Amino acid sequence: MNSLILRTATPFLVGLTVLFSIYVLLRGHNEPGGGFIGGLMGASAFATYAIAEGVSATRRALVVPPISIAGFGLFAAGVSGLMSIAFGDAFLTGQWWFPDFNPDLKYISTVVLFDIGVYLVVVGAIVGIICALEEDG
Amino acid sequence: MSDITQWLVVWPVLIPVLAAALAVAAWGNRRAQLVVGVLGIVAQGIAAIILFAHVWTHGVLAVSMGGWPAPFGIALAADTLGAGLTVAACAVALVITLFSLADTPEHCQRSGFFPLLLALMTGVAGAFLTSDIFNLYVWFEVTLISSFGLMVLGGGREQIDGAVKYAVLNLLATTFLLIAIGLLYGMTGTLNMADLSVKVAALPNSAALETVILLFLVSLGMKAALFPLYFWLPAAYHTPLPTVSAVFAALMTKVGVYALIRVFTTVFPESGDLARDAMVWAAVGTMVFGALGALTARDIRRVVSYTVISGAGTMIAGLAIGTETALLGSIFYVIHSIIISAALFMVVGLIIGWGGNNQIDTLFGLYKRAPFVAIAFLIIGLSLAGVPPFAGFWPKVYLVQAGLGEGAYVLVAAILVTGFLTLIVVGRTFALVFWRETSEKSAADGYRAGSLRIGTITTLTALTFALGLYAAPIVEASLRASNELLDPGPYIDAVLNGAGEHP
Repeated sequence: MNSLILRTATPFLVGLTVLFSIYVLLRGHNEPGGGFIGGLMGASAFATYAIAEGVSATRRALVVPPISIAGFGLFAAGVSGLMSIAFGDAFLTGQWWFPDFNPDLKYISTVVLFDIGVYLVVVGAIVGIICALEEDG
Repeated sequence: MSDITQWLVVWPVLIPVLAAALAVAAWGNRRAQLVVGVLGIVAQGIAAIILFAHVWTHGVLAVSMGGWPAPFGIALAADTLGAGLTVAACAVALVITLFSLADTPEHCQRSGFFPLLLALMTGVAGAFLTSDIFNLYVWFEVTLISSFGLMVLGGGREQIDGAVKYAVLNLLATTFLLIAIGLLYGMTGTLNMADLSVKVAALPNSAALETVILLFLVSLGMKAALFPLYFWLPAAYHTPLPTVSAVFAALMTKVGVYALIRVFTTVFPESGDLARDAMVWAAVGTMVFGALGALTARDIRRVVSYTVISGAGTMIAGLAIGTETALLGSIFYVIHSIIISAALFMVVGLIIGWGGNNQIDTLFGLYKRAPFVAIAFLIIGLSLAGVPPFAGFWPKVYLVQAGLGEGAYVLVAAILVTGFLTLIVVGRTFALVFWRETSEKSAADGYRAGSLRIGTITTLTALTFALGLYAAPIVEASLRASNELLDPGPYIDAVLNGAGEHP
């Protein structure tokens, strides 16, 4: 779409939306939010970019093909379930680590990795579909 | 609570997921996808063999995901049947994958063949190993979604047409399954199959329970391609690539048959007269109409599609009789059918390659050009019809023996008539396609099968021959599996108290 207003506003909108989507992703750990809804927001950011700048510019901006992002996400989610094997727990048992050196950082868990995986799957899959539809149309 | 051996159940499901994810991540790099695909299926097969060996020596192995105690968590559980079928599925999937390296065109491999195949194998292994009925539904969806993708690879008009019919009818079946699971959950408050087994037995007989049982029979019967709901299979199986047809014929209906066996032995061991009668007539109808369909079809791919249907009927015949020997026959037949259906579709792929078309009326004289494939087809066909000394003979012996013992003469007659009709189908196809002489030259004289395709077909043919001559290991495994199904006590115990050791 060749609109000067949209193209001027897009860089700000995309940056803000991606940032907010990551905030929602991490907030989802204990509060409403999470990988799925965050991923939808992230995908909508790239969709805005695709509308304003075109599909080939979006593909360039993403560097890796969208479907590969989804693949990495699925792999990350699988690996997060796998980590519990090192602690003698069943598959998909969440592992929590409470570091002492930094009181602000309360804990790190494998659950976050799972959520990031979901985020990447959603972003990759939806951006991939949008790109495919826009290209052929 | 959990120890490392319990992970043995997880690997056959987890390995193909991770491999599929890696293959998707390597999108556009055909060589990398190919390597990940082959290695993934090999690794899954090894995991399945280790799991089976463990189950064989130590009994049912169960694990609850995320450490949630049963029956609240989603449990995976491997008994002899589940683990054994996983091994058979992985072995045949590996052979088909090797066949596909030579058979599947490069642009189809590029557009996602390996990730989709790995996703399908995840769903198949998940369905065989889960002990949660809603999880079973999820694995059905996983196989279904990846099978849609596989079916339209190549993207021809005929393929899209077949895929649409397949998709609509299968989605209908999964919707029925979901409704049945929902109703059952409403009545019992649990989804864990071991827990269901206990709770359903305590329920009073009611119209609602009968409805749920029949809904399960209809929805899973549709998946297994049972009469009168099999029409989606011949409408779809002849359209995709030969490799994809081979995977579907070997695995997809078997997952449905497995689910029927599991649900109607573990969850509803006393399913009532109505469901039993329905099952008997469904089995009879599937066998006879499948064989008649094969007899009337002119497209050679449709001919073999119909034989897959009559095979599904034979497996359900054993479930309908329900004794130890009958279930033994059914389980043996499932394993035999996994091998034989894959081999049949692979051979048909070669026949179409050589003959240049797919009508049995216009294919001819292939014996001269490919005597080896002719012999392979004959052996596979005779095994399909149940002629000794091939593997297809033994399960039918057990089924007929069990049927006569229980007075199920209709089923026995149907099994024998189906065997006879299948023999006619095989003989006629062989005579027309391989023996018929003609002076005309066929369309594809330059077709070369290559050693990989011939080798993989030989492997499966040799396997059905070997299992016919030396059936004892399969009989022993099937016998143990059927005993476990008829006495679900250890399975229930392993799933519900599953965290500890099992002697």
